[in-house]
Amino acid sequence: MWARAVHLGLRAAARGRRGFTSKADPQGSGRVTGELIQHLERLSLVDFGSQEAVARLEKAIAFADRLRAVNTDGVEPMESVLEDRCLYLRSDNVVEGNCAEELLQNSHRVVEEYFVAPPGNISWSKLDEKQPFSHH
Amino acid sequence: TLGRTGRRFFQVSVALKQGQVTPTELCQRCLSLIKKTKFLNAYITVSEEVALKQAEEAEKRYKKGHSLGDLDGIPIAVKDNFSTSGIETTCASNMLKGYVPPYNATVVQKLLDQGALLMGKTNLDEFAMGSGSTDGIFGPVKNPWSYSKQYREKRKQNSHSENEDSNWLITGGSSGGSAAAVSAFTCFAALGSDTGGSTRNPAAHCGVVGLKPSYGLVSRHGLIPLVNSMDVPGILTRCVDDAATVLGILAGHDSKDSTTIQDPVRPFTLPSLTDVSKLCIGIPKEYLTPELSSEVHSLWSKAANLFESEGAKVIEVSLPHTSYSIVCYHVLCTSEVASNMARFDGLEYGHRCDSNVSTEAMYAATRREGFNDVVRGRILSGNFFLLKENYENYFVKAQKVRRLIANDFVNVFNSGVDVLLTPTTLSEAVPYTEFIKEDNRTRSAQDDIFTQAVNMAGLPAVSVPMALSTQGLPIGLQFIGRAFCDQQLLTVAKWFEKQVQFPVIQLQELMDDCSSVFENEKLASVSLK
Repeated sequence: MWARAVHLGLRAAARGRRGFTSKADPQGSGRVTGELIQHLERLSLVDFGSQEAVARLEKAIAFADRLRAVNTDGVEPMESVLEDRCLYLRSDNVVEGNCAEELLQNSHRVVEEYFVAPPGNISWSKLDEKQPFSHH
Repeated sequence: TLGRTGRRFFQVSVALKQGQVTPTELCQRCLSLIKKTKFLNAYITVSEEVALKQAEEAEKRYKKGHSLGDLDGIPIAVKDNFSTSGIETTCASNMLKGYVPPYNATVVQKLLDQGALLMGKTNLDEFAMGSGSTDGIFGPVKNPWSYSKQYREKRKQNSHSENEDSNWLITGGSSGGSAAAVSAFTCFAALGSDTGGSTRNPAAHCGVVGLKPSYGLVSRHGLIPLVNSMDVPGILTRCVDDAATVLGILAGHDSKDSTTIQDPVRPFTLPSLTDVSKLCIGIPKEYLTPELSSEVHSLWSKAANLFESEGAKVIEVSLPHTSYSIVCYHVLCTSEVASNMARFDGLEYGHRCDSNVSTEAMYAATRREGFNDVVRGRILSGNFFLLKENYENYFVKAQKVRRLIANDFVNVFNSGVDVLLTPTTLSEAVPYTEFIKEDNRTRSAQDDIFTQAVNMAGLPAVSVPMALSTQGLPIGLQFIGRAFCDQQLLTVAKWFEKQVQFPVIQLQELMDDCSSVFENEKLASVSLK
């Protein structure tokens, strides 16, 4: 009985193609402006690197825009599938640690027990990178 | 055709206990197979010394009659996004190349505590992002079935005359290395991870069992995170019983992972169902998409008919928000990824660029050098959705849609359905040359279609190999269960596995001196000379 219903379903689906594939995606939304690119690169601290990457973001946004079609009135956002359970809390006791040496071993630049970072409070601008300036 | 029953852990364990094979011999055979199958590129790191040492210890235990259990002395492999103490863990990324964790992931520790032998770390898509296991820095993984007698004979019949190796098939992903490792007999079980189908997808393409446990059942501590609200460690084995054995060992509360449930969990043995008349199988009608290959569709129908003919109730059900599932997943996934990838800044671990101009410049250059396009693309997309002006319309919206999707499943299970039966993949494994015609995001969106909704709902699901396609390649089907009803899910899967008798892969050329160990149905009584 179910088989017949499904078989008919296949015919219907074939007639009214619901595009899941990228071929159905609209090209781009033109929302990725130069300003947005800079902003995202700054926030992400990764760069697009190419026009292709920008085009991919446009496609990703267009894809995500499909969510607008869903009616979510009165629906609460779901953060975790375990929302009905209490979060487990450990007691506030130190049970392990004293592994500074082990942890420092994984870093490229350490001084005594410090991880060494370059100077902070300097805004990242891609222009700066073209004139590298060593602080050694 | 040989059944799958011969290669259970239990059989091997019996052989080990009876001294028919020693852990060291077993270990060496697997190491030898790993070497022979190196061209598959399933392993990033082979931990030969570690494995042999562990084998030695297992041997001592067996001699004293103190085996730790079914997994003692059994070779296993672990996907390279699980932290392994003292063993390089790369996530197939330049960002972590050379990174040696100082601790074991909880699931790794649990396996080691049971005496399992760690053969090595398996290959994956970079940071587990992808559905082909093609986008890692160590190169793509090749599907062992590309070299199987079953596939090769079909190709000869169709008189394909091109170079034998040029048209090799993908494993699927992102846990392709683990799937290939198990499929090619180099280990008896492997850990994968599953965020959107990354364990089930390659399992289907490689003809092995791929289990995604319920979210919250297995600890994620030490699994380098992708999407905290969806990731789970996955289990790949050659039969359902073995998957159940491993799950029994891995499941349970971990104080180091606050998202693990506190309900007590005990290892279990699966009953052998003889009567399925009390079972209700649901067939979600929205999973019948135009992109589904006719072969997979036909096998899906055949499976449903099988249950019906054996007395089970098989009904069509509806998961109305299915068509939005992949979009919802895409938004939530990229958003969480953007957050999770922020920890890679070159300071405490991983790759660090040479520049020392400023912290931010260093972070940016490090991340540019360390991450591939796919990872960077997802970070940028995710941060777009998390921008103040977009947060409500994209991220929160997706969270709301997630609830609708999760509710669809709840409604179906509340209506009396025990288990859902769906395809795992759209088709059998495709050639690499075909796969790379589309980009990673597009492929993931296509290939994850049947698997990712399960991650959003946190449900358990398992892909079980059913039959070979007309080309001689494996096709698997997926069973989806109620939350925390993993045992019931696996019981149904086991029944199905027994019914379909999926054939053993024939890798004759590789198997000469190991055939007796792996192909003979009755491992316990086999001669290993």
